[in-house]
Amino acid sequence: MSLFVALLARELRLSVRHGADTLAVLLFFALAAMLFPLAIGPAPETLGRLAPGIVWVCALLAALLPLDRVFGADHEDGSLDQLRLSGLAPPAIALGKALAHWLTTGLPLLLAASPLAVMLRLPSERLPVLLAGLLPGTLVLSLLGTLGAAIVLGARRGGVLLPLLVLPLAAPVLIFGTAASDAAAAGLSPRPHLLLLCAVLALALPLCPLAAGAALREAE
Amino acid sequence: MLEAQGLTVFRAERLVFRDVGFSVGPGGALVLSGPNGSGKSSLLRLLAGLLPPAAGRVLWEGADAFTDAGAHARRLAYVGHQDAVKPGLTATQNLRFAARATGGSVAAALEAMRLGPLADLPVRLLSAGQRRRLALARLAFSAAPLWLLDEPTIGLDASSVEAFGALLSAQRARGGVVVAATHLGLPLPDAAVLQLG
Repeated sequence: MSLFVALLARELRLSVRHGADTLAVLLFFALAAMLFPLAIGPAPETLGRLAPGIVWVCALLAALLPLDRVFGADHEDGSLDQLRLSGLAPPAIALGKALAHWLTTGLPLLLAASPLAVMLRLPSERLPVLLAGLLPGTLVLSLLGTLGAAIVLGARRGGVLLPLLVLPLAAPVLIFGTAASDAAAAGLSPRPHLLLLCAVLALALPLCPLAAGAALREAE
Repeated sequence: MLEAQGLTVFRAERLVFRDVGFSVGPGGALVLSGPNGSGKSSLLRLLAGLLPPAAGRVLWEGADAFTDAGAHARRLAYVGHQDAVKPGLTATQNLRFAARATGGSVAAALEAMRLGPLADLPVRLLSAGQRRRLALARLAFSAAPLWLLDEPTIGLDASSVEAFGALLSAQRARGGVVVAATHLGLPLPDAAVLQLG
């Protein structure tokens, strides 16, 4: 357990060193979302209706950006071998990486989602539902992304392969997340959709690290 | 203590070596030698449990070494041909995770490879030889009985090789095993030699 905490501390220390990575994710998130008012016009009612979907899609794409570094950097410089020989089980390494990815990518995206949604004219009473969906949603994206990163490890052009692998898996998250916002907009309870999102998280939390651990064992 | 029988390794359909066997006792050392591509690094990765063998067994004190992967990882220290150091972190920060994994003092480990004065410098400012010494400093606080070293002294100056020799002798004096691949000659007196390729 203390070794797991040490792994997390190592990952966070490294990402503080490479703070520009997190900044790049946030800037991408903001810039991609800003394209929509330009493309579909600034009419508040249209934008406000599309806002949750825009935020979700942009968050999903932004979360993909740092994925090829999750294991890639450690793989290239030999650190991954040292991690695998540290006595931590491969699934625990994958879980630590996923948690670090969420803390440095998912959490900042979650914090940036509010101002962005307001900019997109989302009615303020619907903001809590959007954020309540993004919290489990970004966690699932980090877990799925870590799984994808472990699978493409050592593959040529892994960075191109990764989004193709992760995006289809992330579809349920997008569906339930936007369905919660739609339900709230129609005056229905968003609860079932949010619970389904939590169920996806409950499924991904054990399965993704286990599968990523198996992929790490196969990595050359 | 460490014994291998009939080891065979394929890399992408190409046979690297087959039917390799050896045995090293407590305090013993084995030097892997052979031309480039003869499988020295692959054999070390195999012994570390990072690469599954196509055939053969590795025994540790008479029992299959890989049945408990976690236990095997804890009884070995591996220095690959890459240094596994992060350029953005200082020398001390680089060793902190390894120190937590094995237990031991980072300062003493840096001192053992004469890196004390460089402890707080970012590693990107260190030379290739100094980075190699930092990679080797991980061994200084390792109480692991099995050391697997891939070209450990590449880029080192004579006095650093000497400091590293002291680490190797200490490891062998307490009954540990050293398996090293090298072209350069290592300070490992009476080491057995395994010729590959």
